[in-house]
This record gives sequence, structure tokens and C-alpha cells, in this order.
Amino acid sequence: MGLARCCPTLDPHLPLDGGGWEGVNPQKNRIFGRPKSMVQFIIRRLIAMILTLFAISIVAFAIIQLPPGDYLTTYIASLSSTGEQVDPRVIANLREQYGLGEPFYVQYFKWIGGILTGNFGQSFEWKRPVTELIWGRLGNSMLLEGMAVITMWLIALPIGIYAAVRKYSLGDYLATVGGFLGLAVPNFFFALILMYLAYTWFGVTLGGLFSPGFENARWSLPRIWDFLSHAWAPILVLSMAGTAELIRILRANLLDELKKPYVVTARAKGLPEWRVILKYPVRLAMNPLVSTIGWLLPALVSGSVIVSVVLNLPTAGPMLLRSLTTQDMYLAGAIILLLSVLTVIGTVISDILLALIDPRIRYGGK
Amino acid sequence: MAVDTIQPTIHADVPKVRARRESQLGLMWRRFKRHKLALVSLWVVVIFYLVALLAEFLAPTDPGAYSARYTYAPPQGINFFAVNEDGGWEFGPYVNGYKTEIDPVALRRTFVIDEEVRLPVKFFAESKPYLLAGVIPMSVKFMGVENPRDPFYILGADRLGRDMLSRVIHGTRISLSIGLVGVTMSLFFGIVIGGFAGYYGGWFDSAVMRVVEFIRSMPTIPLWLGLAAALPKDWSALQTYFAITLILSLIGWTELARVVRGRFLSLRTEDFVTAAQLDGASDWRIVTRHMVPSFTSHIIAAATLAIPGMILAETALSFLGLGLQAPIVSWGTLLQDAQNIRTLATAPWLLAPGVCVVVVILALNFFGDGLRDAADPHGR
Repeated sequence: MGLARCCPTLDPHLPLDGGGWEGVNPQKNRIFGRPKSMVQFIIRRLIAMILTLFAISIVAFAIIQLPPGDYLTTYIASLSSTGEQVDPRVIANLREQYGLGEPFYVQYFKWIGGILTGNFGQSFEWKRPVTELIWGRLGNSMLLEGMAVITMWLIALPIGIYAAVRKYSLGDYLATVGGFLGLAVPNFFFALILMYLAYTWFGVTLGGLFSPGFENARWSLPRIWDFLSHAWAPILVLSMAGTAELIRILRANLLDELKKPYVVTARAKGLPEWRVILKYPVRLAMNPLVSTIGWLLPALVSGSVIVSVVLNLPTAGPMLLRSLTTQDMYLAGAIILLLSVLTVIGTVISDILLALIDPRIRYGGK
Repeated sequence: MAVDTIQPTIHADVPKVRARRESQLGLMWRRFKRHKLALVSLWVVVIFYLVALLAEFLAPTDPGAYSARYTYAPPQGINFFAVNEDGGWEFGPYVNGYKTEIDPVALRRTFVIDEEVRLPVKFFAESKPYLLAGVIPMSVKFMGVENPRDPFYILGADRLGRDMLSRVIHGTRISLSIGLVGVTMSLFFGIVIGGFAGYYGGWFDSAVMRVVEFIRSMPTIPLWLGLAAALPKDWSALQTYFAITLILSLIGWTELARVVRGRFLSLRTEDFVTAAQLDGASDWRIVTRHMVPSFTSHIIAAATLAIPGMILAETALSFLGLGLQAPIVSWGTLLQDAQNIRTLATAPWLLAPGVCVVVVILALNFFGDGLRDAADPHGR
């Protein structure tokens, strides 16, 4: 029994019972029954998304409330420690704004109401509104994660196809071993190793996304080049685990497809081998891959938090960590909320894309 | 009578077939053995857990013992054969001593292995008395240098001159046990919640599955960080340890609940379950006597495959400084020292715990995978 035969499920997010269909298969989504048309499918996904977003906001708010004491006591303490005068009127204002001292649900609605009008509360550490602080950082996070998804596909597609077509070849074994390592190496550890190698071999210190001169410059060609020369490392690290998983799934799917009679027919008709493989089997094998974004995205966002801390990137991750250690809870809550919301929205978009590509999904058949 | 006389002759003609009934476990083991990689991984996992169990005995020093004289001392390695006077090889394990050199550029004191100095290594060396696993009093260590004042840093030393090998060994205990305890907790939640959902179905099942989908659609690390940051700073090491495992299993249970539920759903319609129901067996009896035994092996496999996730999560949290805290030694807290590129460049051996993480994760995955294949001995 070869190494390639055993295919373990290294990713805890991957269901044990076959394929990554779970999150998107409307047959299992029994609350709404089976959708009839594409529009209906999209509407149902959007309703489910709104419910999920609501649940996420409750979790995020609960995390804000977790630390002992409330925002205001911490704020007053920090003001008095710097010797500033605390104006009782300001305090009363803030108390009113956040509904402090009132029951949980009142505070929650004040908070969520503020967010819907674009007010995420105040960061007491930075003494600025949360909104001013997070958008730039979240943008960087999304940029990196998006590029990581693209990189994953770019690497995984050719390797996965090669591994399936040349089953049990040296390349297949290398891809399999590489895949196992890719899944077993924690991405922050990979980042550390990359930093070490870059430093000792090339004398380069990895980290950051821009050189100091380009930090606040406008987007231009030199700035894009500067960004890419910094961003390749985090993108590589972030895409590693996903790439490994995608190769594994693509290989398994493609192997199943290649066994089917239509492939033999195509070959018998004299189609060139590359067309036999690329025209139908690869396209079919890719469909379940689109659905993997559902579990890939949460893992990716998780990973980017920790990789950003290691590589010192100006993304949401380090800011979240810092705000949590200083108990700057409105900032932390906003970041947790937005990271989760973006993940869910990304997943829904990928679901809708999948349903557009593959009618079997939207009609719930198999 | 006639029949009586015929019967023995018939029996004599039938070739003797030895009826051997193999137990479920025996069948599983037979299938598992075919999977060579899983078998090797089983040994790796066993060795790691033995190291965790015998940490005090195997670690040359106390994980907290520091020595200002040997900060960032490089790994000595260990030589098992010494060349004697007449050029032959002789078994005599030793480590080299250190000499200090001044770096001409940075003007920094660095340690260099001194090939001239040989410090013989003794196995089962005497030591200060200690308690093995907190219970058995012992005064022998697995190995040590003859003169306890000589340096003994097989894997090098950290910034306080603490022995990396000892720290990695003690970290193994915490990191691996977090995996086990966390999975046990998740398994408990998973079986109770997933079991009810799968057995009774209906609205409860839908509700549980919605919650599971919801939790799985969220990015875990921000959530874990948020929860871990709320732990009071003045909690004792033990309290933090259990709180962190609890936090990890709050998300870990979902996967196991899904597996348990899936099994219950598929078994609910089996004939033997219907038969038991018609016999008037209680729900409790049907679940515990008829259903659970038929999927225990699947659950064990799923639980094994859940351990790596737990270990990775603990390592990540502790690495970020919001998991276990400093006096506790785990792979994650050890890797925290290696965050800085300057430290990493001077002392790459601080990455050793990371290598352990990778090896253990790989081994547990292969092992769990072999178990999963073997869990169904009559399949394929």
C-alpha cells in the first residue's frame, strides 16, 4: 500500500463522511426545503446569511462583555492614571451612549445600532473611534487572503492534475509527501522557518507589507512592486495548508472521473490526451473544489491572524491581539465581528458561484 | 440403533476446520497492520506519550533550572563512540565542552563547541531526588554528565541558559495532554449533543446542526483569542490549563458531534435496532447496548483525528501569548521565545519544539487514518 493511497483527513474542518459538500448542499439545509430556481436559491442563502450574521454579532458582543468591569471604568482608570481630569458630563454621556448599567440586551441593541450607522464605539487605547482604525487594516487582511486563495488555486491545479494523471509516479509521491507536510506544519512555524532561512541565506529580514517610504504613499507601480516584494512571504505561508488540501481533493476527484466510461470514449475517438483530461474530467473534478472555500476561508482568516503577528504585518491580526491584551474591548469586538462577517460573506459568495456553475447544487440532486 | 452407529463415521470423514472466532478488536488490528505507515506512526505516538509520562526521568535537568553562564549555548549533540589511543573505536558516550569566542564584528561573546574537551555522559545518573509524574519518588535520571556542574545542553540552551531538551520534554507532557483532555471533553459534548440529535432527529437535530454549521463557519483563532483573553490573569497554572482546554473544546465538539450524529442516523433504521425496539427495549438500552458498540471504533478514529487540531490550537494560542502562561512549559510557550528574527538567527535551536509539533501531528494523522480504515473490518 503506497503512501498516496492513504489520504488522511488532516484538516479538522473537512467532514469525515465524504467530500466538502456539507455546507452548501441545500438538501441538508432543511429549514427552507428544496429551492426551485436560482433566484430562490440565492434568496435563501442570503436569509440564512443574515441569521448567521446576527448570531455572530451576539457572539462578538458577548466577547466584548467578557472581561470583568466595563469599558467606562477602564477608561476612567486610564484617564486618571495619565493625570487627566475626568469630566463627569463626558462620563454621563458615554454611559448613556453605551447603555452601561442597563441589561445585556439594551447594551447589545445600542451597540449593534451604532454599528449599523457606522459607529463601532471608541478605542480607549488609541483614543480614537474604532472605525478610523480598522478599515485600512481589514483591507490589507482581505487583500492578503484573497491573494492567498488565488495562489492556492494556481499552485494546486497543475500539481493536482499531474498527480492524478501520473498516479504513483515520482511526482505524485512528491506531491503527496509535500501535501502531508503542508498540512502538518503550523503556518506560524512555517513563517518562522521562512524568516530564518531568508535571514541566514540572503540576509533579508522578512516582515511588514511595505518599505517605510511607501507606507502611506498612493498606489502606483513602484508601490505595487514594493508590496509584492514584501507580500510574497505571507501569501506563500497562508496558502500552504490550503494548497495541500486542494491538491489532495483534486487528485482524488480527478482519479474518480478518469475511471469513467466517457473518458475512454473520448480517448477512443482519438482526442489528444490533454483535451481528454482538460475538457471534461478536470472541470467536473473542480466543482467540489469551489465548495471547499466554505471551510477554507475560516481557516485562512484564522491563519492570517497568527501569521501577521509573526511577520509583523499591518493587518487586523496584530491589532486584534494588541487590543485583547490591553482589553480595548470595543476595538477587539469590532475586529472579531468584521473578520467573521467577511468570512461568512465570502462563503456565501462562493456558494452562489458554485450553484451558478453546477446545477446539481441548486436543485439539490447528486 | 443404526443412526447411532453411522454418525461417528460421518464425523470422521469431515476434515477438521478450526473454528476461530476473532474479536472485533482482533479484526481491527489485522486490518490496521496492513497499513505500514499507520503502524510506524503508532510507534511514534506511543514513544511521544511515553516521553510525556516519564518527563522528569528523561529530562536531564529541571525545565526551570537556569545558568547565566550558558545563555544561548549551541547544541552539543552527543557522541556515542570515542577514538582511543590506538586509533580504535570504543563505546563511551560524551559531549564536548564549550569555549567562548568574541565575535570580531559584533563584539559579542559567543559559545563554540570545544572539540578538545570531552565530558563523559553517564546513563542512569544519580540526581537530586524528585517525584516521577508527581507520585513515584526517584533519584536517578536517564542521563547526565558525570560532574553535574559541567554544561549538558544536547539541544542547546535558551536566553536564560535553560536546557532546551529538558524544556521540550516537559513541554511534550503539557502539549500532548492538552490534546487528550481537550478531545475527551469535546467527545463528551459531541456524543451527548450529537447522539441526541441523531437519535431523536426533528427540530432538535436541525437546531444542533445549525449551531454546528454556524460555529464551523467562523474563523476560530479570533474567537479563541477573544475567549482566552477574558481569563483572569491571577488564575493558577492548573486553572488556566483547564480553562484553555475547555475553550478549545467549545469549538472542537462540533466535528465529533457531526460524526456521532451521522452514525446514529444511519444506524437508526437498521434491522437490529427495529428488532430491539419491538422487543420493548428502552431508548437508553438501545443506545448503549446496541448502537454505541457498533460505532465505537469509528468514534475512536474520529477522536484520534481530532487530537492534532487541539495540539495545533494550543500551540498557536500559547505562541500568541494568550494561551498557557510562562511558568507552564508547552511547545507553544517555548516557541514564543523564537518570535524575534534576531533571536532566531543566534539560536535556531529554539525551533526544536516546532519540529516536535510537526512530527506528532503527522504521526497522529497517519495513525488516526489507519484506525479509520481499520474501524470497519468487514469493509473493502
